[in-house]
Amino acid sequence: MTHLENRSLVSITDYTKEEIIRVLDIAEDFEKNQRQKILTNHVIASLFFEPSTRTRLSFESAVQYLGGSIIGFASAGTSSVKKGESLKDTILTVSNYSDLIVMRNPLDGSARFASEVSPVPIINAGDGANQHPTQCLLDLYSIRKTQGSLENLQIALVGDLKYGRTVHSLVQALSLFNATFHLVSPESLKLPSGVKKWIKDAGLDYHQYTELSDVVPFADIIYMTRIQGERFPDPLEYEKVKNSYVLENFMLSNSKENLRILHPLPRVNEISEDVDANPKAYYFQQAKNGVYVRQALIAAILGLKE
Amino acid sequence: MNKKRTELQVSAIRSGTVIDHIPSENTFRVFRILNLEHAKEQVYFGTNLASIKLGKKGIIKISGKFFEAEEINKISLVAPQATLIEINEYEVSKKGPIMMPDYVENIVKCSNPKCVTNNQAVPTKFNIIKDHHGRMKLACQYCEKTMAQEEIWFV
Repeated sequence: MTHLENRSLVSITDYTKEEIIRVLDIAEDFEKNQRQKILTNHVIASLFFEPSTRTRLSFESAVQYLGGSIIGFASAGTSSVKKGESLKDTILTVSNYSDLIVMRNPLDGSARFASEVSPVPIINAGDGANQHPTQCLLDLYSIRKTQGSLENLQIALVGDLKYGRTVHSLVQALSLFNATFHLVSPESLKLPSGVKKWIKDAGLDYHQYTELSDVVPFADIIYMTRIQGERFPDPLEYEKVKNSYVLENFMLSNSKENLRILHPLPRVNEISEDVDANPKAYYFQQAKNGVYVRQALIAAILGLKE
Repeated sequence: MNKKRTELQVSAIRSGTVIDHIPSENTFRVFRILNLEHAKEQVYFGTNLASIKLGKKGIIKISGKFFEAEEINKISLVAPQATLIEINEYEVSKKGPIMMPDYVENIVKCSNPKCVTNNQAVPTKFNIIKDHHGRMKLACQYCEKTMAQEEIWFV
């Protein structure tokens, strides 16, 4: 039994395995029939205190496909925050005007706090470096869709595993599905021990690598992330490793047939453009899946889909 | 004999609570955590007292006041080896160690400068957990970061 109605989604760990699967099932229904006008009597607030392209537009697209109305702002500069209004006051005010609030805010933990003070449910669209659960759900949707199941997969996570919030959430979620993790990163950007503990606590295995080519032959999913030069204390170290984590088309020649390449986007240079035409490249479809997943979440939280 | 003399450095109370074996440097932090600056009761304390267990220790005696376990356990963050003694008619009626709570609210600051609790008027909430080495950690309920005991700053 899942109870998604009227509940905020702040962190992927707020949902059980069954609840995650339920959202993905509803999203699948929206993929088959996207234009279901079930939100015509609802107003959704979209509060983006910092800029976003994919997340904000895909939420707004999701609301429009459902026939709902959307209000809000796309940067803190155009809201009362500029006049010094507290987050609590903004949330309490906007909750008077809407049935659900989608919020991105640069402060870590801001979404949890908003969910505590808000009388309407909050969907966290990213709280600083902390959580981005809707990205995690669309990643899971993309993995299930391309692999047929979320269970027992060989998952390679590549790049900045230390700071990448999408990687941490994905590890937490896939730990529910008996994944084996292959962690490919420079020494200084390895997965934090707290996140590795999730894997161990779930009784699962992880393996660490420094070469991307080592994992290509057996991975079901390669999840690429961007390595940012500014993360390195020593610029020379960055120069040494930056090209080790660039995926090029020729590297995929010995990969499995079912392999798919995922990336939360935006990409800079970590996936060469010659990969885009390879049928194993899935990152743009992945971004499209974000709309179905966000439609599903909004519908489930407002009690419009059982 | 030594022990007896140490206890007598701070007046005996007829009934109330004694918190013994506080690390000397944290005596005043315990004061603050228990809000004793604003206590109406008589409060006696000593610090830098000789202690076999700690070298130097602090002791606090609060006359006519007993604490809920939940309240007193908060001091375990700064005085994990403290002993709690309840006195009735000059007799010890209860004695035991302080227990580590599993949750503390608005006592400790979050060490993450980007945490909402450091940027908006939000009281802090921490779960107290153990890491894979068995060391105590505080996990912020908001930003989800964990911090070690040595990173603790009080609100």
